[in-house]
Amino acid sequence: MASTPLNDTMITGTQDYASIDQSISSLITDQKRHTRPWFFMFALGLMGTGLLATSITWLLYQGIGIWGNNIPTAWAFDIVNFVWWIGIGHAGTLISAILLLLRQPWRNSINRFSEAMTIFAVMCAGMFPLLHTGRPWVAIYWLFPYPNIMALWPQFRSPLMWDVFAVSTYFTVSLLFWFIGLVPDFATLRDQSKNKFARVLLALASLGWRGSNRHWHRYEQAYLILAGLSTPLVLSVHSIVSFDFASSVVPGWNVTVFPPYFVAGAVFAGFAMVLTFAIPIRKLYKLEDLITMRHIDWMAKIILATGLIVAYGYTLEMFYAWYSANPNEWDLTLLRRLSGPYSWAYYSLIVCNIVAPQVFWIPWCRKNLTIVMIVCQFVSVGMWLERFVIIPMSLTANYLPSANRMYYPTFWDFGMFAGTIGFFIVLMFLFIRFMPVINIFEVKDLLYKMLGHRDSLIAHSAIEIPDLLENSDTVEIPLAGGAH
Amino acid sequence: MSHSNNADPTGTYAIVAEFTSAEALLTAAEQTADAGYREIDAYTPFPVHGLSDALRFHDIKVPWLIFTGGLCGAFFGFTLQWYTAAVDYPLSVGGKPFNSLPSFFPVTFECTILFSALTAFVCMFGLNGLPKPYHSIFNTPGFQRASIDRFFLAIEVKDPKFDEKETKAFLEGLGAVAVSEVEH
Repeated sequence: MASTPLNDTMITGTQDYASIDQSISSLITDQKRHTRPWFFMFALGLMGTGLLATSITWLLYQGIGIWGNNIPTAWAFDIVNFVWWIGIGHAGTLISAILLLLRQPWRNSINRFSEAMTIFAVMCAGMFPLLHTGRPWVAIYWLFPYPNIMALWPQFRSPLMWDVFAVSTYFTVSLLFWFIGLVPDFATLRDQSKNKFARVLLALASLGWRGSNRHWHRYEQAYLILAGLSTPLVLSVHSIVSFDFASSVVPGWNVTVFPPYFVAGAVFAGFAMVLTFAIPIRKLYKLEDLITMRHIDWMAKIILATGLIVAYGYTLEMFYAWYSANPNEWDLTLLRRLSGPYSWAYYSLIVCNIVAPQVFWIPWCRKNLTIVMIVCQFVSVGMWLERFVIIPMSLTANYLPSANRMYYPTFWDFGMFAGTIGFFIVLMFLFIRFMPVINIFEVKDLLYKMLGHRDSLIAHSAIEIPDLLENSDTVEIPLAGGAH
Repeated sequence: MSHSNNADPTGTYAIVAEFTSAEALLTAAEQTADAGYREIDAYTPFPVHGLSDALRFHDIKVPWLIFTGGLCGAFFGFTLQWYTAAVDYPLSVGGKPFNSLPSFFPVTFECTILFSALTAFVCMFGLNGLPKPYHSIFNTPGFQRASIDRFFLAIEVKDPKFDEKETKAFLEGLGAVAVSEVEH
């Protein structure tokens, strides 16, 4: 059953199946591996969460007047943050589903981690529109079609309703996909854990998974189909989010290029966030052999590619403004963005999203972790600014000049946003500490494939895998030497 | 430890062979099926492609169930919108028809995906008989490594060809590092 070995270094170091287990599961079984940086980040996240709780409490007490929203700018930071967070989540689904369908085995090392990111990002995103209703406890009959005593139904012709279904489906499907992948890993942890309490918990979480071929057979069928379902789903989610704008008549919003350009922007921001977490964590927990420079290189290339699609979107926005021959579109998309009161946001956006990622054309920059980290921060800020430019800025200058009014965010606008970042950090660091950060069995599968299915070579001793990037262009795993 | 639904809850459950690599397991599985054994199963730390073929295990219930789930979802999603917007509370919005088909697509699509995914989740675990906290195979010596780096092949007692001595000798001849008789 031998096949051609994968000619790439997606795993490095001296490895066999047990060593892969060891490097990943010891993060959970050996809690002493979590040192000062973990506590520092967790404390930072908790502070943010505190700020979030304070902002929400004050908001519910006082009403959304504490935000800078006004008329005509009824949508501002809340929707900007919602779209930003949803976008961040998209990289997770892209990695776990689309790259699986495209047979990119390198995703095996980073999918668990980015799926977790997806779920947490969607949790942060979901808060904003709910709280924007001002009274989230009555929002249930605005949002969900249940037979209530007022005999009212939601308006299904509105993109906002589509959003409710898209985001809640996205969250549910991501959670199921994540949990299905976690079950076999919980079984591995159950079998390794020395702590009795942990073992009982893990045994419950693993549902009694025993790795039977029948289990794996159905598991793979379900997993592949879920990936096939998640692929159109993830594309639909950000398309539907963009319909909130594209189907309106507001200048700067009414553009048909929005769906593809929003999806590309989502992946762009999402990969930046994956790298922002992956780079420090692989260093802190010595996972360099599993998340290799090759992964970082590929992710940087995806950022570059999606960044170019986003740049194309910006160009088309300008083109449509001109081609539509609508003076209001032209005034907003060109004149206001380039020389209006918020032009600083537009120029910063161009620098962050278009100029900064261009350094990734140079291979050396994709290998330098400091540069990669800096570019990722630019991208995250840039994508936030993009939504700021699109959402509140368009509303400040609508069709009637008499209705024009500036928008200024307040402390609570920033507080909510910073708060969700803190909440996200808390969830991510809890995840790192208590769940397998890397999909254990999929990395074993990756090793099996890298060996060309000849895993009898590692049956007795671990095999050393040379690092492609440091050696030559092609790598030959020394298969001949280790026969048993 | 005897919570099994088999006829003989105290006797032998299976004879289990332990291998050190997926490669060895695949060869052994192929030979076991060729020898005419049918009530066999393998236990591996990760999905090994080709193992189902080697064990002569074919099952396509999950995909068909997911498809059915998706159809139900599409039906539910569309009917929900049609009933609420065209039957129960018809409301003219910008002169659009009550049954605004194009506007109803996104929610119909999302419901299709949601129902399919829920079906996938329930049916995959359901058909696998999970959650199931106790299973006889866990009595195999060293079975903790089945989720780490060892590969197991079990010939169950209920196999018509099963014979305690013969089956054991057969498995020992396949290059296993250990062969053990496992009780219920």
